Amino acid sequence: MKSAKGTVFKYGDNVDTDVIIPARYLNSSDPAELALHCMEDIDKEFVHRVKAGDIIVADKNFGCGSSREHAPIAIKAAGVSCVIAETFARIFYRNAINIGLPIVECPEASRGIEAGDEVEVDFDSGVIQNITKGTRFQGQAFPEFMQKIIAAEGLVNYINHKK
Amino acid sequence: MGMTMTQKILAAHAGLEKVEAGQLIEADLDLVLGNDITSPVAIKEMEKMNVEGVFDKDKIALVPDHFVPNKDIKSAEHCKCVREFAYRNGITNYFEVGEMGIEHALLPEKGLTVAGDVIIGADSHTCTYGALGAFSTGVGSTDMAAGMATGKAWFKVPGAIKFRLIGKPAQWVSGKDIILHIIGMIGVDGALYKSMEFVGEGISNLTMDDRFTIANMAIEAGGKNGIFPADDAAVAYMKEHSKKKYTIYEADEDAVYDEEYTIDLSMLRPTIAFPHLPENTKTVDEIGEDIKIDQVVIGSCTNGRLDDLRIAAKVLAGKHVAKGMRCIVIPATQSIYMQAMEEGLLKTFIEAGAVVSTPTCGPCLGGYMGILAEGERCVSTTNRNFVGRMGHVKSEIYLASPAVAAASAVAGKIACP
Repeated sequence: MKSAKGTVFKYGDNVDTDVIIPARYLNSSDPAELALHCMEDIDKEFVHRVKAGDIIVADKNFGCGSSREHAPIAIKAAGVSCVIAETFARIFYRNAINIGLPIVECPEASRGIEAGDEVEVDFDSGVIQNITKGTRFQGQAFPEFMQKIIAAEGLVNYINHKK
Repeated sequence: MGMTMTQKILAAHAGLEKVEAGQLIEADLDLVLGNDITSPVAIKEMEKMNVEGVFDKDKIALVPDHFVPNKDIKSAEHCKCVREFAYRNGITNYFEVGEMGIEHALLPEKGLTVAGDVIIGADSHTCTYGALGAFSTGVGSTDMAAGMATGKAWFKVPGAIKFRLIGKPAQWVSGKDIILHIIGMIGVDGALYKSMEFVGEGISNLTMDDRFTIANMAIEAGGKNGIFPADDAAVAYMKEHSKKKYTIYEADEDAVYDEEYTIDLSMLRPTIAFPHLPENTKTVDEIGEDIKIDQVVIGSCTNGRLDDLRIAAKVLAGKHVAKGMRCIVIPATQSIYMQAMEEGLLKTFIEAGAVVSTPTCGPCLGGYMGILAEGERCVSTTNRNFVGRMGHVKSEIYLASPAVAAASAVAGKIACP
């Protein structure tokens, strides 16, 4: 996947993994089942409105809290193509890369994008375009080896390819 | 330019003379940890890799602790998956119900974590082992899978914040108050991607259990790890619990820190984190109005150790919890449970109207054993007070020390002994 394009769901600071996928659903590890409860404790409407390709934009420290990989898995399985935030919590950042969910750090984009905007992200260059508002932001492009992991759609494929 | 404690450990495990903040490295792992929530996902991922088995059956720890004893059929299936994987691969350190405990209390007690180790665990509170001078950090299930398969993990070498601890904490001020004070000061992302390095003569006034609590909550400030230099008390702990070889690392004189703080422990007061973030802290003196509560939980990887139970029992001895209060005490491991029984602590809890549970993470993450209804309030010695963490999205969690939790159970409102 080289780029993402979709409608934006917008959230604030410190969106934690407990609201992304509440622990009461962690007795399952099935992505499709987890997706049914994605963002449930912060936005009950999310799962009803999200369409394949949509983009989540948030403020600082997105994904803080638990190390549950179920959080990026739920987001990816819900159809989200990219998460943009001012900053990410570090375990969420690793997990997203490792499962092949593209994420981009960009404080300017996080401030300049609103819910419902149409946004396009180019992963090679890190360029984020707000099509609705006609604005453009430079996000952080991934270091080369992270790009390879994302291109392989996750760490497991990347390790298998390396052999 | 010198290196921090964390950087020295990482350099040694990457086969490098020197590393600096921001550098990407691949490090050898001394231990890879998983629990009943994260391991099933890791096992599934590992099965997709073209590998024969695990890299070293002695260097993997599998601890079902979150939803055990199995809370429902789905949890039972997860535990079964972990158990079968452990047997199939001859994993030495698989801990079944009856020998298990909450992972971050259990592994140091079993001697599996020592100074100088590099440890990853598919649980965010893996940072706990920094209390012994190890580099340990939480990762997700895929990193755990790759770690189990290859014995290696990639890291971005972190920068660091130095916390110089001086002075001696007053009575009823514990490791929990110190770390809540720090998180209140720097915020839930104050140490994002960084090491939190604790130094200074004040450390000698902290018990090992205090240090485990402090390192445990480094993640609540966004930290990659929290770490203490291994002093005499840490060495004594390791000698008592472990046969593993340990290596003590201290930061270079000219190590670079992004920020430095000095904290006088004698000035700290019992501290409580209000809903819904661990950074929303107030000291007991700043609370003002009465905050009535419905439940108290004393336990977890943060505060379910023997010192914690001793303090709670001291407060509860000869008293009774308030009418309508549910007070749930959860010793973190079987050994702590046994010791608490021998010291008469469990009797004190039960006589005070509390219940005592087998080790489990249960209520801390809203799994089971103490879920909150709409509008209910809980004082908990656990580590997160996010929206819905322990139950209904309109319930409230107040994070506190075992002393404050026990006193609150008696008073029916947030209180200090």
